[in-house]
Amino acid sequence: MRYSLFSLARNALTGHRDWQPAWRDAEPKASYDIVVIGGGHGLATAYYLAEKYGLSNIAVLEKGYIGSGNIGRNTTIVRSNYLLPGNIPFYELSMKLWEGLEQDLNYNVMVSQRGVLNVFHSDAQRDAYARRGNAMRLHGVDAELLDREGVKKLYPFLNFDNARFPIQGGLLQPRGGTVRHDAVAWGYARAASDRGVDICQNCEVTGFRIENGQAVGVETNKGFIGAKKVAVSVAGNSSRVMGMAGLRLPIEAHVIQAMVTEGLKPIIPGVITFGAGHFYISQSDKGGLVFGGDLDGYNSYAQRGNLPVIEDVCEGGMALMPSIGRARVLRHWGGLLDMSMDGSPIIDKTPVGGIFLNCGWNYGGFKATPASGLCFAHLVATGEPHPVATAFRLDRFATGNLIDEKGQGAQPNLH
Amino acid sequence: MRLPCPYCGSRDLSEFTYLGDAKLKRPNPDGENAAAEFFDYAYLRDNPAGPHKEFWYHAQGCRSWLTVERDTRTHEILSAVLSSGAKA
Repeated sequence: MRYSLFSLARNALTGHRDWQPAWRDAEPKASYDIVVIGGGHGLATAYYLAEKYGLSNIAVLEKGYIGSGNIGRNTTIVRSNYLLPGNIPFYELSMKLWEGLEQDLNYNVMVSQRGVLNVFHSDAQRDAYARRGNAMRLHGVDAELLDREGVKKLYPFLNFDNARFPIQGGLLQPRGGTVRHDAVAWGYARAASDRGVDICQNCEVTGFRIENGQAVGVETNKGFIGAKKVAVSVAGNSSRVMGMAGLRLPIEAHVIQAMVTEGLKPIIPGVITFGAGHFYISQSDKGGLVFGGDLDGYNSYAQRGNLPVIEDVCEGGMALMPSIGRARVLRHWGGLLDMSMDGSPIIDKTPVGGIFLNCGWNYGGFKATPASGLCFAHLVATGEPHPVATAFRLDRFATGNLIDEKGQGAQPNLH
Repeated sequence: MRLPCPYCGSRDLSEFTYLGDAKLKRPNPDGENAAAEFFDYAYLRDNPAGPHKEFWYHAQGCRSWLTVERDTRTHEILSAVLSSGAKA
């Protein structure tokens, strides 16, 4: 059933008791043409495989339920304010897909282009942001460099007179903003399911079956599932899953925490990031302030963090906007990240025939979902990398073609 | 999380700095496959979900390097010894 004003009115008349489940809860068949592992980017991948590349006979295997993994553990921010040529076209494609996603999926994912502002505090930082803004504009991405007065006009409540980190201006991407993360998972699941994709929840992959260097299927807790192609997109657990195929990856698993306060009246219209420390904040449509900062900095699969980072993040928030000091934090949580060695993702074939890999999503995971799904679908369907994802090679560390957006080199615990 | 420093006793996480996997061995730069081995050493990681041997520096305490075995799923500390003289 397509959602429309008419369907809303009809269901309102019957007391909203007749809505159908958004997607079919499928049991896995014995074999598929393509098995996608992971119900985050994997749902987007399956959708584009069906929609753009006309393929069917696809399954998405999710070890928990849809929305239980990293797709529900991020801070919902979308932006394409990147610097390097390997990154900008990719994230801009993602931004463009976000802009049309509700029409594509016939699902309200609550795309809200409320603007992303990166605040700067020094001449050196201004130069760096001016360079970034120029790089963005050269790639056709919107960017505005604001001076102190410009930021003051936009957000008068920020602490402009902080003795240590006075705000001198900011780089604004007006098209950036937030998207409701759960709705993205549900919307892609519904659209993929409508196109014949089987979405198998609580189906954990426990191994690969590989014959003569060619994958023929996966072992799961629901038995063996045959597959001509296996598409792995399990960011957070990529090392574990690919370890079952005998591969070591340039990745460490780290945890990043995020927090949300009690619901408040609207006070923060857009997304603000604090350039001096690492802190970013936005307000959800329910009113909670959603914010986060650095990773905990050590290997972790715990999906929960530690207090020193929470303290550090909250200090950053207080330095930027002391007005939020009385807000009470309701919840905090940790999500797992694939910290790759240069902080950039990997979308590539693997040395094992028939196994494709989409991993290395750390700070860029949620905002990348549509482009990641599209590019991965292109790779799986055609065997060739998508034109905007050619730099995301698995062997780029060996060949020296790193995409070191943060300029911190091979230090996954620093990104 | 607290780490049991052999010198200082149980101390808060914020006193320490993390370096990462303690099992990595720096390859011989004059070896035959030095380039491939250095790629392996610099970039590839086992990244286990479970016990993990790793280096921590007690910067705000005795300034010793520790080799800590920690369960990455639960943050449980299984052992902590001084890195000098310890077998990785």
